[in-house]
Amino acid sequence: MTIKGKAYIAGAFEHPTRHAPDKSVAQLHAEVALGALADAGLTRDDVDGYFCAGDAPGPGPATMAEYLNLTKLRHVDSTELGGTSYVALAGHAAAAIALGKCDVALITLAGRPRSEGMATGTTPRLRDPNQPEAGFEFPYGLTTANGYAMCAMRHMHQYGTTSEQLAWIKVAASHHAQHNPNAMLPDVVTVADVVASPLIADPLHRLDCCVISDGGGALVIVRPEIAKSLRRPGVKIVGAGETVKHLAGGTFDLTTSGAARSGAAAFAEAGVKPTDIKYVSIYDSFTITVLIQLEDLGFCAKGAGGKFVSDGNLISGAGKLPFNTDGGGLCNNHPANRGGMTKVIEAVRQLRGEAHPAVQVKNCDLALAQGTGMQLGTRHCSSTLIMERE
Amino acid sequence: MAARPIPAPIVTVESEPFWNAARERRFVVPTCAACGKAHWYPRAMCPFCGTEKIEWRAASGAGTIYSFSVMRRAKERYAIAYVTLAEGPTMLTNIVDCDFDTLRIGQSVRAVFGETTDGPPVPLFRPA
Ligand SMILES: [Zn+2]
Repeated sequence: MTIKGKAYIAGAFEHPTRHAPDKSVAQLHAEVALGALADAGLTRDDVDGYFCAGDAPGPGPATMAEYLNLTKLRHVDSTELGGTSYVALAGHAAAAIALGKCDVALITLAGRPRSEGMATGTTPRLRDPNQPEAGFEFPYGLTTANGYAMCAMRHMHQYGTTSEQLAWIKVAASHHAQHNPNAMLPDVVTVADVVASPLIADPLHRLDCCVISDGGGALVIVRPEIAKSLRRPGVKIVGAGETVKHLAGGTFDLTTSGAARSGAAAFAEAGVKPTDIKYVSIYDSFTITVLIQLEDLGFCAKGAGGKFVSDGNLISGAGKLPFNTDGGGLCNNHPANRGGMTKVIEAVRQLRGEAHPAVQVKNCDLALAQGTGMQLGTRHCSSTLIMERE
Repeated sequence: MAARPIPAPIVTVESEPFWNAARERRFVVPTCAACGKAHWYPRAMCPFCGTEKIEWRAASGAGTIYSFSVMRRAKERYAIAYVTLAEGPTMLTNIVDCDFDTLRIGQSVRAVFGETTDGPPVPLFRPA
């Protein structure tokens, strides 16, 4: 049993807003849902599968199903994997379609942390007192930023990775963002700019961190027969993988991520290898997140990521592996503090040939979207999705 | 510079033996009586073999820094770290009583207890 070729991404929509104090979270979810359905040439009445994650208002899918007035649902899935949920949910939608559980799957993401004034990455947050580890983490001031920073620090120690090498990831993202009229940070930056920006949590600088933005995005995934009846270019799902990596009782290695396992599963299902991939969307909560995932996916050897990302190798048209051509979370947006949805959307644009002409990858027939949700420095979810142009 | 106030840890039925020992200034590491392995974070069930025979053994207090990060964007700077204990597991903690700029991975550290705002003290480390 495989999902390879059993489902197509027929609709994709990214909300143009980056700051939405005048809209509710439910409204943003609904706007992206209608946007993706319109992109596909379908309507709410066609939707029989609804997929969302922890950013959807209310517990599970019920509140948004009601708000959207979805009345034909026969399959729902609200798997919560943090920021990478939507990469995984695209695979779940393909699996549900392959099993005949639904024909038209809608996945939504939206949120407004910018309007709500959350200091997302630098404030310790006590999420759930029933988490058994909470008493052994919260008192120490664990934040998103310093958790990822410890991964970077260890990677530097173990493999000689430098701040300048990490900076190249931001530089590449900024080269792409200059062509995106919606990007929060459209200015091209240099390696010197990144390493001269203030330290947030050693060794990560302000420009190693992603933006905080409002917004959202949605995907519509359908059976092959339906995809062929629509006018949009076909984007076939050919492989998916997901996993959780954690501290394993205190026996862990901070320099590897779940991408090693989720990536291997996705490549095996798709029957392709890293060198076949023409474009990658890589979750970029921080520069180090990108570097570790690229290594774990096999685009370079473990420890060689610093050299691999240097000298513009991730810049479309200039380097060997164009990444995040929308500017990614580092420069474009990070709606709801969850970057997985926009990773899939930009991969769809690339495969359709609808990316900005300045960053469109030539002959882009195979793309990969990779996400890391939650906290790389403690426990995180990883999901990988491989897509092919029909 | 003032030290960051440390919030009280949440004490659960499962972690109570650890925090009771901490109140007596005893740093204990949960160790499985069945498979002999120490684990972190402390729990009632051994994560390695699933046995619920945990002994709260006195730790030596010796460790080495596995990784760390100084939080610069905070009212009071602090160093978060993973320290690998002589007993085996690696734990999240803070490094205190030190010059943050001289910390390095592999450095030897020693456990000390640090007061929390209104709870049991938590294990911290300082350069050995
Ligand atoms: Zn055991």
